Amino acid sequence: MVKVLEMQGITKQFPRVLANDRIDFDVNQGEIHALVGENGSGKSTLMNILYGLYHADAGDIYVRGEKVQINEPRAAIDLKIGMVFQHFMLVEPLTVAENIVLGSEVRRGPFLDYKRAAEEVERLSAEYGLSIDPHAKISDLSVGLQQRVEILKALYRGAEILILDEPTAVLTPQEVDELMEVMRNLRDKGTSIVFITHKIREVLAVSDRVTVLRRGKKVGTKKTSETNEQDLAEMMVGRVVLLQVDKTPAEPGEEVLAVQSARVRDKLGTLRVNDVSLTIRSGEVLGIAGVEGNGQQELVEAIVGLTRIESGQIIFNGVDITGWSPLRIKQAGLGYVPEDRHKRGLILDYSLADNLVLGLHSEPPFIKRLGIRDDKAVQDNAERMVEEYDIRPPLPNQLVKRFSGGNQQKVVVAREFTRNPELLICSQPTRGVDIGAIEFIHEQVISQRDQGAAVLLVSAELDEILSLSDRIAVMYNGKIVTVMPAHEATEHKLGFLMLGGNLEDYQGEGGNNSVR
Amino acid sequence: MWDVLALLVNTSVFAAAFRMATPLIFAALGGILSERSGVVNIALEGMMLTGAFTAVFVTYHTGMPWVGVLGAMAAGALMGLLHAVVCIRYRANQVVSGTALNIFAGGLTVFLLRFFFNIAGTSPAVNVIPDITIPVLNRIPWIGKILGRQNPLVYLALVSVVVVHIVLFKTVWGLRLRSVGEHPRAADTVGVNVYRIRYVAVALSGALAGIGGSYLSIAHLSRFSENMTAGRGFIALAAMIFGKWTPLGALGACLFFGYADALQMRLQNLGIPVQFVQMLPYVLTMIALAGFIGQAVAPKASGEPYVKEG
Repeated sequence: MVKVLEMQGITKQFPRVLANDRIDFDVNQGEIHALVGENGSGKSTLMNILYGLYHADAGDIYVRGEKVQINEPRAAIDLKIGMVFQHFMLVEPLTVAENIVLGSEVRRGPFLDYKRAAEEVERLSAEYGLSIDPHAKISDLSVGLQQRVEILKALYRGAEILILDEPTAVLTPQEVDELMEVMRNLRDKGTSIVFITHKIREVLAVSDRVTVLRRGKKVGTKKTSETNEQDLAEMMVGRVVLLQVDKTPAEPGEEVLAVQSARVRDKLGTLRVNDVSLTIRSGEVLGIAGVEGNGQQELVEAIVGLTRIESGQIIFNGVDITGWSPLRIKQAGLGYVPEDRHKRGLILDYSLADNLVLGLHSEPPFIKRLGIRDDKAVQDNAERMVEEYDIRPPLPNQLVKRFSGGNQQKVVVAREFTRNPELLICSQPTRGVDIGAIEFIHEQVISQRDQGAAVLLVSAELDEILSLSDRIAVMYNGKIVTVMPAHEATEHKLGFLMLGGNLEDYQGEGGNNSVR
Repeated sequence: MWDVLALLVNTSVFAAAFRMATPLIFAALGGILSERSGVVNIALEGMMLTGAFTAVFVTYHTGMPWVGVLGAMAAGALMGLLHAVVCIRYRANQVVSGTALNIFAGGLTVFLLRFFFNIAGTSPAVNVIPDITIPVLNRIPWIGKILGRQNPLVYLALVSVVVVHIVLFKTVWGLRLRSVGEHPRAADTVGVNVYRIRYVAVALSGALAGIGGSYLSIAHLSRFSENMTAGRGFIALAAMIFGKWTPLGALGACLFFGYADALQMRLQNLGIPVQFVQMLPYVLTMIALAGFIGQAVAPKASGEPYVKEG
């Protein structure tokens, strides 16, 4: 085995956190090496150091046996290291070819030789089987195709060591399968791949070796064939983890929410929710699966009163709440965990205690006579929540932006769940949250259901949809395509429907399921 | 009534439109370069004014107005560099920096005028760049009357539009400039030097605005007077937005504003109250922006300082 890359004793101190603590990491020629760990475990930091975006405080890097200094991305590129970032580094108004050659352009004097650039892209895409239109604008491409452009970008620069930073986080299951095929393909042509993820199943499916990080330290490196799901989860979290949600069959009661023929347009006037009807009963979880951007967010925001609905009705406990203000709907018994906790769920520059009373701040017990805030009640509430929801560190006066993603999400969950809402809407409740916190949030959702809440769960994670839902709806292009009992759904089937397939055309796993 | 209608299509009004548009075109091109690289430049006004003064100052001492133009470019570029250092190196708010530079330029030119010429209000007259006749062009009916005989700077402005267009959309540097203004981190990760591109773009922006200023003082007129730019830097900014941050679009917008300006000068002779007519270019600016700005999309990273991590 030839080691193409060795990192030794890499240490990186950020203000307040030791992001990498003497980490050793190596990659063999032509292997897929998975780098896993919870959020904040230091995986991305380690790879950003390798790519020259961060500078290590200590440690050495050897590429193909030689000690190297990588102070900027240019140096990494010259060493044939390529990186595909989680947030794509693509310039949206430019074309595929322009993005791919940017920084290493084919020139004719001072001019860009666009024709040759496009030909180069076509040649590469044929060689690696990554078909793409070189003249398409990035903003017109799907997320999966944009990722393909990123991979081509690295290959164009001659990358022999390819870092993929959480590449699957944004993909549908089918796209994930395709990506894995591409990864195997590249490996077989001799490319060495570092595959960052926190999804254990993907590690097992595609990698040759796996290295686990936890809180900036390396826990260990194993051959993938010599480990398993439970083992990896324990290495990541540091304790035994429940991978399956424990739940009893639902006992649905009265109908709590009914959406009737709702239509919603976005700011630009595009119809995003097209004639959607659904009902949820008390004591059940309705999951909505779908590729993001198919109207889920607009539907949810219409229900909670953040967007106006064009036509249709929303009935909550038999009352027509169409057109009510968000506050009034909330007071009627809604709990809402929004998709983007930074934009909608929290005020990052407020303290933990203040965030825990947002929306309740004008109600007793947080308000005294004459509308003066009761600081002690706010403080007491925070201390209770921190305890009950295990928010760490337990500092009520610390600004929310200083907490990790998982703990921030616990703040939102604590605030929204604690009043035992009759209707609970959770949009991507575990996005960017680590395994330990996911386990906790999932337990809380089921416990709310068991206490009689009607739960609407929107998630791009099919795992989550499948393990929590009692019924599953698939949303595609603004419409609810199908609603089925959870036991009839499989990941593969949902993936097929999410891409616009018809249930009648579905031929089961292994069948010829072409969507078009 | 017929008088007014005849005026609307009068070739001399069109010819004047090109003259009035010229300083706007230079400044708008400057604005495009700067904003496309991600730096908001509302200091165009101040850069023009500095250029206008320097052109007169240099011409006064050398007797050569073309050297004056070079001086104006240098002065504008210097102002641009100042803006760049404040915005890029010190990451100050770009609108505040631009506003400060505008006020600074207003004060500085008045001060220098008194210091060097010992005079308030208006400088002594200097040599100007004379108009030229373009041989074949002036024979073409109608167009010849408009463009056959103009100031060389008018032609230079038109050529600059084409040059900036080619630089932005056909060269490697232009591709990098646009990527830096849209997504600086993406450019950085492929080894493009974000800061260097921004410095150069903002300095060029100042140089172009400087030429625009010199047109006012040593081509259109023959002297510098206090605050002679009179808001043209802001109209150029409007033209840039109206033209959706493209040189050709900005050219169209500048000609439109130039036309409005030319028209108001003629309408003053027709007995319509002067104050009312003088509002015309500005009113048209507002109407144009209100009607079109909704569709204009600025470069995404415009106004955002780029901070490397780690």
